[in-house]
This record gives sequence, structure tokens and C-alpha cells, in this order.
Amino acid sequence: MTLEVESRKETLAEDGLPVEELVVNVGPSHPSTHGVCRVIVHLDGEIVTRAEPVIGYLHRGIEKMCENRTYLQVVPLTDRLDYVGSMYANWAYCRAVERLAGIRVPERAEYLRVIVCEMQRIASHMMSLGSAAADTGAATMFIYAFDERETIVELFEDLCGARLTYNYVRPGGVSFDIPEGWTDRLLEFCRTHRVALREMDKLWFGNVIARGRMKGIGVLAADDAVAWGASGPVARGSGVNWDLRKHDPYSVYPRFDFDIPTGSAGDVYDRARVRLYECYESCRIIEQAVAQMPGGPIKAEGLQRLIAPRPGDAYDHIESARGSLGVYIVSEGGPRPHRVKFRSPAFCNLALLPLIAEGHMLSDLVVCLGSLDPVFGEVDR
Amino acid sequence: MNITELRDHLCEQHPDLCPLFSIEFGDGVLSVSCDKLYEAASGLRDLGFDRLGMATAVDRGETFEVVYRLTSRSMSVGIFLKCHVPRDAPKTNSLFPLWPAALWQEREIFDMFGIDFEGHPDMRRILLPDDWVGHPLRRDYTDDRMIRRPDYI
Amino acid sequence: MAFVDRLGEILSEGGQGGIILTSIDALADWSRGKSLWAMPMGTACCAMELIAASFAKFDFDRHGSFPRPDPRHTDVMVVAGTITRKMAPAVKRLYEQMPEPKWVIAMGNCAVSGGIFFYDSYSVIRGVDEFLPVDVYIAGCPPRPESLQDAVLRLRELISTESIAPGVKHERTLSLPRSGDVSFGVRPGSAEEGDAE
Ligand code: SF4
Repeated sequence: MTLEVESRKETLAEDGLPVEELVVNVGPSHPSTHGVCRVIVHLDGEIVTRAEPVIGYLHRGIEKMCENRTYLQVVPLTDRLDYVGSMYANWAYCRAVERLAGIRVPERAEYLRVIVCEMQRIASHMMSLGSAAADTGAATMFIYAFDERETIVELFEDLCGARLTYNYVRPGGVSFDIPEGWTDRLLEFCRTHRVALREMDKLWFGNVIARGRMKGIGVLAADDAVAWGASGPVARGSGVNWDLRKHDPYSVYPRFDFDIPTGSAGDVYDRARVRLYECYESCRIIEQAVAQMPGGPIKAEGLQRLIAPRPGDAYDHIESARGSLGVYIVSEGGPRPHRVKFRSPAFCNLALLPLIAEGHMLSDLVVCLGSLDPVFGEVDR
Repeated sequence: MNITELRDHLCEQHPDLCPLFSIEFGDGVLSVSCDKLYEAASGLRDLGFDRLGMATAVDRGETFEVVYRLTSRSMSVGIFLKCHVPRDAPKTNSLFPLWPAALWQEREIFDMFGIDFEGHPDMRRILLPDDWVGHPLRRDYTDDRMIRRPDYI
Repeated sequence: MAFVDRLGEILSEGGQGGIILTSIDALADWSRGKSLWAMPMGTACCAMELIAASFAKFDFDRHGSFPRPDPRHTDVMVVAGTITRKMAPAVKRLYEQMPEPKWVIAMGNCAVSGGIFFYDSYSVIRGVDEFLPVDVYIAGCPPRPESLQDAVLRLRELISTESIAPGVKHERTLSLPRSGDVSFGVRPGSAEEGDAE
């Protein structure tokens, strides 16, 4: 469906019609930019010749704030980064602190972290698929997907008391153990979620209009994905088989049996499919983790309230719903970090927008943007 | 591949880079001087480091430390590439020609630290408005709207 | 200026209100309060709860509050999320595009006061009331969707004291008569009238 910009220009010029460039500003407050993103679009007729994202409308200076907080006080700030998947930033940050301070995490806590992060992956993908579906005109799908997310949010609320900003993973463990009857509800959710996924699959991916809006749109070549530092479903949709859970395994992931779904065409459709299949895999991981979970403490013992690691720097990363989320902490001794850097996958993925949107219609721009699944708390930090 | 294998591999392929390699907290670190940065980076790329994961900078007082993290998919290993630029003349080479991923990440460093990257095609602010004064992630940055948090501990 | 626009002014000439003005006010306030279309100015985390509020479980729509992302169709702006110095001009401009009468709900600590970003942040505006007239504040980080519904009900209460006449404010809630009520509306300050609610 890609229309060749150059050839179109030529046909217009042959007809004696002047070709003028039109510049359209989309955002920063636009219903389908998934947050506060502004895109300056250069148009030839309705064809995008250049799309330039302007970001920073949600730049809150979290990295600067970290410099004046103790290591524990930074954890709530990490919640606010990727607000669709708060657990990931919690975990990535805690891993970096643990590496820096040499804290050993009890096994039960690792399992709990895996469980909540896989739940978070489902919740995040539901949000992403739902809003991407709404971009293609399938508003029903959004409501179904959000319903699934709501169940997870309720489970999280029972676990740690918050619906959105969990502050659950802490350096050295997790904050609460699971309440009674919680695992049963979780397993029940996994069972019903599979059914819901199949339904959504039929509803959206089976719809001829949705297919038409997604297939062949926003094609990203595998080489480009690697060179531009894309990760997560965006890279995997292009066939780049790179998932930190498998290829640089952390925590207890090597103990689980799961697959990494990859696409081949690298278009919007494949990226969305990868997200859908990842939800199945997450269900599998959750079920295995619940079955294997050992007893024992959920926090490291003898942990001081004021962590003051020795000088040095540490980097750690995990696979979030959007890709590899890394945290780089520089310590100069003392109770506060000298520098905290969040390597956010959404930031790197969004840089691809000019590449994939070029040559498509203006109405496909939002579909391309939605398929990159940016969360602006994380893009702008 | 683990980190010692990486060191051996690096020393075999690039003997000149070998003495600059060290291991910190389980990560390989290659500290070079900034005029050698581009060379070292292209050497690493030929070695199989195909992804630029992260680019950032750290304020170290007299100097800014520019930090790149490269990962290799084929070797499943990551490495840090670091160099120090002087605070009064913050300038270094851009790695954009090697990895386009540096496009936005170096712009962010410029925005936050004011480090200029030579060879970068689009050196503008990215997160802050264009008319912003100063570079906020420098340790000595203040502005009149910022309120310092009182020291409770 | 159209007659309708000056109606309030004309009716309120020669004293505070009057039975016609009060009745019109009661009708206007009722209709305004029951169909508060919301401009969802969701910028950050609180936007997630804003979306959750309008979906199946919480069903914001039953209050007549329907999110429309177009400022020209809306009555109330729900500022949900952190507003930065780069974003503030855009928010202000959107607010200016909304037709009168218009109200603002500040949802979440960030919109109320800067919240968690009050200290040490160089780019966050400490509360939208620095540049917008806020009517209802909701605290929480993020507030639950229920609190947003509570805010809409509070706003409705607030609206029910408003008048179409400039500078007039009713002391009590106005409401439309129900069948069986003798009095039509409540005249402000008159003690013998029964409360219609
Ligand atoms: S109040 Fe809390 S949840 Fe809401 S935008 Fe601010 S930080 Fe996010």
C-alpha cells in the first residue's frame, strides 16, 4: 500500500499540477498520539514525506531528582517513568542497585518479581493493542482489552494496594507477600485470558478492515531495527530474535519453558501479532512460576535502610513490555546516587517513526505511531 | 560468551585496545581518550557489537564522562565504552555514522550536558524547549524555579 | 451581542435575581450539570485512570460526562497528569479554545501542586492553578477513578449555584421542580420557600 512519493510527484508534474509541500502539526494534545507527542508532518497531498517527532512535553527531570534522593527514595520515581508498566522500571532499578551494593535477593522474591512482571506485560500489551486497535477504528477491541487489563490491575491492588504506581519491587526483595487466595485468582485469570485473547484475535486480526489498515504499513527492516537500537516487540516484529529473557537471561527466567514469538514482515500487523502472542507466553510463564514458587522470606536479610554502595557504576537491564529497559547508576559513595540514567526502550523505538512513516498516508501515521507503543513518561523521563 | 572470554577475544583482535580494558561489577569497560573514541568504536563494531544500547554522560567535576554501552547479539555480551571530555571544551566525535541509534541519544546528551558531538547531523535540543538556558544534568545547574529538597537524612 | 447573551444582565437589572432569572438559572444549571462533556487533558500516569474511569467498570458516561478530545465541544477540562513548562502553553491554548461556560478539574497531585515532582524538578509546573482557574481538585497519585466521579458530582453541585447573570451567585443549590412541587425554583435568600430538592 506504500505509494511511491517520487513517482507520484512525477505524475502530478506531468499533468502540469504544481507540487507544494504542506506542513501539518499533529499534537502535542492529540487523541491518537498516545500521550503528549507532537509530530511535524510534511505532506505531499496526503502522503507523508517527512515526519519529525518533537518530544519532551512530559520531561519531568526524574534523572536530576534522583541525584537528591536516597537509593530507596528513588523507587517511587521509577513508577512514574513507564506508567503503563510500572513494575519494570522498579525491577530494573532494583537490579542495578542490588548489583552495585552486592545484595542477594531471596528466591521467593525473584519468583514474585517474575510473576508480577509477566502480569504487567499482559496489562501493558492489552493497553497497547487496545489503543492501536482504536487507531484503526476498532473501538470495541479497546474496551475488551481494557477489561482484561482491569482484572490485572485489581490483582495488583490486592497485592500491594495501588492500582497504577505500585512501588512493589524494592532493593533486596519485594514489599508484600501474596495474600491468601491470590494465586487461585491469578491462575483463573490466566485461563480466561487465553479465551479472551482468542476472541480478540478473531475480532481484530480477523477483521478485513483492520488487516487492510495494518498489513504492509510501517515496514521496518531487520537491519534498521538493529542499527537504530530498537528492542522489544518492535524489533521482534521485524524478525530480530532478541529477547533479554532468553538471550541474556536474568533472575529465574532460565527455569521456565517459553518461546519468543517473532514476526517476519516487520509491518504494523506483525508487531501487533508479536504482542498478542507474548501474552500467551506470559500466561505460560506465570503458571510455571506459580507452580515452582518456593517458600521463604521475600526480603533480603540484614538490609540497611540507608544503602551506601562503594564508588563505581553498574548497569542492569530487563526485558520490559517495550524492549530492553536499562538502568545505569553511578555511585560516588554516600547514600545518594551520583547519577541515574534510564535507558528507555520507548525513546529508542520512537526514533524510528520518521523511518517507518515515510511514504504512507497521513491516516497511517497514527497507526505507525501506535505500533511503536510509546509511553511518554518513559520517552521523556 | 562471558566477560573473560570477551577480554581474550578483544586482546587477540585489537592488541592496542587490550590494556584499556577492565572489568567493573561484572561488566567489561573500555576507557579510551576521546580522540580515539571513534576508532575504538568502529573496532568494536567490526568485532560484532552491532547494537548501541545506551549513550549517556556523567558529570565528574573537571570532566564529563561520555558512556556508551554496546551489546553484541552474536556474542550475548555487553561492553562499556567511556571517554572523558574536558568541562570547558566539551566536544567529541559522534558515533552516528556507526550506529544511527546515536541520533537521538546524543541529542539528549547535548541537551542535558551541553556536550557537542562532531559529525552529528542534527545537533539540537530534544527534550527541553529550544530557548532553554543551561544544561540541567550538570551538577552545578540551578534555576530560579527549582526548589531544592530539604535534607531530612 | 445577541439578546440571549445579555439575557442574564437584563433580568438581573434592578436587584438580585428575580423569579424568572432563578427559574432560567435552575434550568441552565440542570442542563449544564447533567451533560459535562470532558476534555481529557491526560498527559501522564493519571491519564490511565482517566481512561479507566470511562470504561466498562467505572462507566463515567452515566454521569453524562463523555470524553471528547476536541476543546470546542467540551465544558470541563480534566487536567490529568504532570504539566511541564514545555506543555503549559499548549494546555492554556486548549483551555482558551473551550467555549464558555467552562470549568477545570485538576486530577492528581501533579496537577494540584506538582506532587512528587515538587522538589528538585526544573521543568514541572507546580500545579495547573498557576495558569488555569481550577474548580475542583482531586488529590491522589493517581486518584482512583471513583474520585474522578466524585469530582464530577462536586462540580455539579458547584454549577448548581451559578447564574447566567454576571456576578450573581446563588447561595443555595437550585434545582428544577419535580411533579407535585408547588414552587418553581428557589429564590435566593427567601426563607419561606421550601427546598425543592
Ligand atoms: S499525580 Fe502521580 S500518578 Fe498522577 S501524573 Fe502525577 S505522578 Fe503520575
